[in-house]
Amino acid sequence: MDLTLYVWRQSGPASAGRLEEYRAKDITSDMSFLEMLDVVNAELVRAGREPIAFDHDCREGICGMCSQVINGVPHGSREKTTVCQLHMRRFRDGDTIYIEPWRAKAFPVIKDLIVDRSSLDRIMQSGGYVSAHTGGVPDGNAILIPRDDAETAMDAAECIGCGACVAACPNGSAMLFAAAKVAHLAKLPQGRAEAARRVCVMTEAMLKEGFGNCGNHYECQAACPKGIKVKFIAQLNREYIKAHLKDGRDT
Amino acid sequence: MDILKNSVGRKLVMAVTGFGMIAFVIAHLLGNTTLYSGPDGINAYAGALHSCGVFLWTFRLTMAVMLSLHVFFGIQLTLENRAARPQAYTVTNYRASTFAGRNMIWTGLLIGVFLLYHLLQFTLQVTDPEIAAVRHPDALGRPDVFTMVALSFRKAAVAAVYVCAMAALGLHLGHSIQSSLQTLGLNSERTFPAITKGGIIAAILIALGFVSFPLVIYAGLLR
Repeated sequence: MDLTLYVWRQSGPASAGRLEEYRAKDITSDMSFLEMLDVVNAELVRAGREPIAFDHDCREGICGMCSQVINGVPHGSREKTTVCQLHMRRFRDGDTIYIEPWRAKAFPVIKDLIVDRSSLDRIMQSGGYVSAHTGGVPDGNAILIPRDDAETAMDAAECIGCGACVAACPNGSAMLFAAAKVAHLAKLPQGRAEAARRVCVMTEAMLKEGFGNCGNHYECQAACPKGIKVKFIAQLNREYIKAHLKDGRDT
Repeated sequence: MDILKNSVGRKLVMAVTGFGMIAFVIAHLLGNTTLYSGPDGINAYAGALHSCGVFLWTFRLTMAVMLSLHVFFGIQLTLENRAARPQAYTVTNYRASTFAGRNMIWTGLLIGVFLLYHLLQFTLQVTDPEIAAVRHPDALGRPDVFTMVALSFRKAAVAAVYVCAMAALGLHLGHSIQSSLQTLGLNSERTFPAITKGGIIAAILIALGFVSFPLVIYAGLLR
């Protein structure tokens, strides 16, 4: 199939970007979206032009590197799918595809479709960890964790930190990301100990990095390639209230 | 206060003040239905409210504080949200959010402007002095609120302003009921769909309830 692409090209963080038109020719339906871009890039290199810069790593949907807004939807329109797992069979011959980078103040564009997502790392560094000493290797069942709690924690832990939630949010908020981390750790006994401090510092870090505030639009849930649910945002909110009502605060 | 600087903290203020105002809006709607029992109904209701004295002023002050906090943080949060995406997408394709949700700031500001007009019109009664209730007591000597409201809503422009303002209120509440419960964490995965639907239905009912007054009067069904 042949496609018309409008791709965001920006030579550096400080320079102005613009959409440029490209033709993707002889694309097969079995190619992934990134492989389609590889074909376009090979053509650009042959023609002596600068290839399109885009992030990618594992190409099997687990690393969270690929970050492209395809026709207005982060990771494209297929549910629970990263760009690398989006296949060209989702498109038709003659389609026009707009490809833009994640757009957020906290995600400055490095080049073309590559953005700097270290702001998410700094949110993690603020409190997305457990510092309580857990001692030596415990017996298998020394700490009992109800199955539902373990499952819920693992559901939240599925977050791959790709930033699609931020890209999709009309407010550029990182609430689903922060909520996944807060909920994941708060559900487990080792993380529970620091839950109050964690929710406070992580939400503060979120604002400091320039992310917006959650407006409960739920675009994040629709865009998340791992299906992280907004129920975790409600849990983050509950943790925040609890931190101020009961647990007290110690930062 | 850390809470008033925190993203979630300020949203909690929005949710709590919002809920307070929703409670007022429902009480106001129920109170206004006394209009349908004619001059005796609403004039007696208005008279009873005004005889509350210090309670009335405590209530008004509480509402003013809630409104001020809601407006202040609403604008502040929205400005931060706008700043969080300096470069807009060329193509946007919303899949979960609603028109009502994305335009909370505009429907909110519209309601704010309407509220000013509404207070000038029916509380301070300065927009149409010739029908001001305080200056025209009814047969029992009470301010004739019924006549003031009835004569006001017989004007097409006034009725239209109320219909538009209540449409804005309906949109605003349509998002805010589910949104505030999510912010307060008072939902669960199981109750979430029912809360969302229930919130929209409640918002429509409240808006329709308020719209009924100008429409019924303008149509000449209540004299």
